[in-house]
Amino acid sequence: MDKLRVKFTFVESLIKEPIIWKLGREFEVVTNIRRADVQADRGWVILELEGERDEIDRGLDWVKDQGVRIDPVYEDVVEG
Amino acid sequence: MSFAKNLKCRECGRDYSLDPIHVCEFCFGPLEVFYDYEAMGRAVTRDHIEGGPPTMWRYAELLPCNPETAIDIGTGLTPLVRARNLGRLLGLDRLYIKNDCQNPTWSFKDRVVSVATSVAREFEFDTLACASTGNLANSVAAHAARAGMKARVFIPADLEQGKIIGSAIYSPTLVAVDGGYDEVNRLCSEVSDKYPWAFVNINMRPYYAEGSKTLGYEVCEQLGWRAPDHCIVPLASGSLYTKIYKGIKELSWLGLVDWRATRMSGAQAEGCSPIAEAWNRRSFLIKPQKPNTIAKSLAIGNPADGYYALKTMADTNGAAATVTDEEVVEGIQLLAETEGIFAETAGGVVISGLRRLVDDGHVRADEVVVAFITGAGLKTQEAVLPAIQPPLTIRATLDSFEEALEERDGVLPAARGV
Repeated sequence: MDKLRVKFTFVESLIKEPIIWKLGREFEVVTNIRRADVQADRGWVILELEGERDEIDRGLDWVKDQGVRIDPVYEDVVEG
Repeated sequence: MSFAKNLKCRECGRDYSLDPIHVCEFCFGPLEVFYDYEAMGRAVTRDHIEGGPPTMWRYAELLPCNPETAIDIGTGLTPLVRARNLGRLLGLDRLYIKNDCQNPTWSFKDRVVSVATSVAREFEFDTLACASTGNLANSVAAHAARAGMKARVFIPADLEQGKIIGSAIYSPTLVAVDGGYDEVNRLCSEVSDKYPWAFVNINMRPYYAEGSKTLGYEVCEQLGWRAPDHCIVPLASGSLYTKIYKGIKELSWLGLVDWRATRMSGAQAEGCSPIAEAWNRRSFLIKPQKPNTIAKSLAIGNPADGYYALKTMADTNGAAATVTDEEVVEGIQLLAETEGIFAETAGGVVISGLRRLVDDGHVRADEVVVAFITGAGLKTQEAVLPAIQPPLTIRATLDSFEEALEERDGVLPAARGV
């Protein structure tokens, strides 16, 4: 089992969609929300995903297809 | 002695012991070093600092490591230059340049890496590592050599020869990674998770970042123990910017300078400006970008401290400027031609950014303004090559010399009187 920490950023049109619930239901992925800031017009959620790596990747592809932006939690590690 | 007390999560405030960790286990927020300021305040005086070594380690008590075992390659206490020519041109009465080109590996990264290396040795790591497009790689390789540690330095495969030599000379293990920006980032995160190395800007990051505070300390001391009114700082991850401000605040808390409500402004190149873009949107939400600029030392598309930089900017009544790549080159030339300082592209961003901030009314003529120049121009010569004037090529005769001079200037200079 792998764990992956990611940040989802939602645009206004997706704020009301239960995307994280669907991710856990449609894929064999445990979703664990750690920090979030969701407002009427935008929002982000930092969460840990646990599952087989292939399944996590399939789930993330689906999330991306819904229009959610996905970024690594650790931001860029390559510096000038 | 160090007065570092613990690590603290910047988001949820949870405390951790001083270990090689950088992320809160609970909320994944970044960790920051927290100090016993009361004890520090009793021990640190202006005289004590002034009697210290002529390097950044004169502020050792304000850093998170043991001064006796610090790895000091002669970093810091770089010149603070009164920039009268440039100031006159920009309409600023009291402009100063903090010239951090003069560090041992010619950039401010020596400050952060010096602290990270010292702490890494205290944690008994035997390997120092980083992923970098230039300055950080040079500094990590140099400090590892001095500390007797192994160095693993990851660089993009298409890096310019000059930047490779600046690291390779210290004989680190240089790993040239063939891949896009995101792929190199992902690989280095995976490597840092797997191997027990001190990655200076990953697991050492809380300590590493503290090294930038010394820029704030030095500027205050060099101004005669006075905080500047306005700082202009290049923005990459946002860490340098926030830590300079932290340094100034700490000196005020310790009673070493009067509080002046220093304003903090930043500059980015248009081709990678996630912090300035969010600022201009009046938002604290950073939208990561794919970098495309000649200012490669600032090319961080998903900045770790972007949010905190925006908070500092808002709290201090600062502003953010963006400049085009052409303006980056113009800024480098302007600084060289007015003050005799040859900066790398990040310096061009700062000078042209300062000009924009002045034009837009964000910087007042009567403020004590400090522009931070963080790296030397010899590192990014290719950026200015197309813009510089070629030499006059002549035969070795006086006629040929005068002909060439007249052709260029239209007139010959006055000769000595007979």
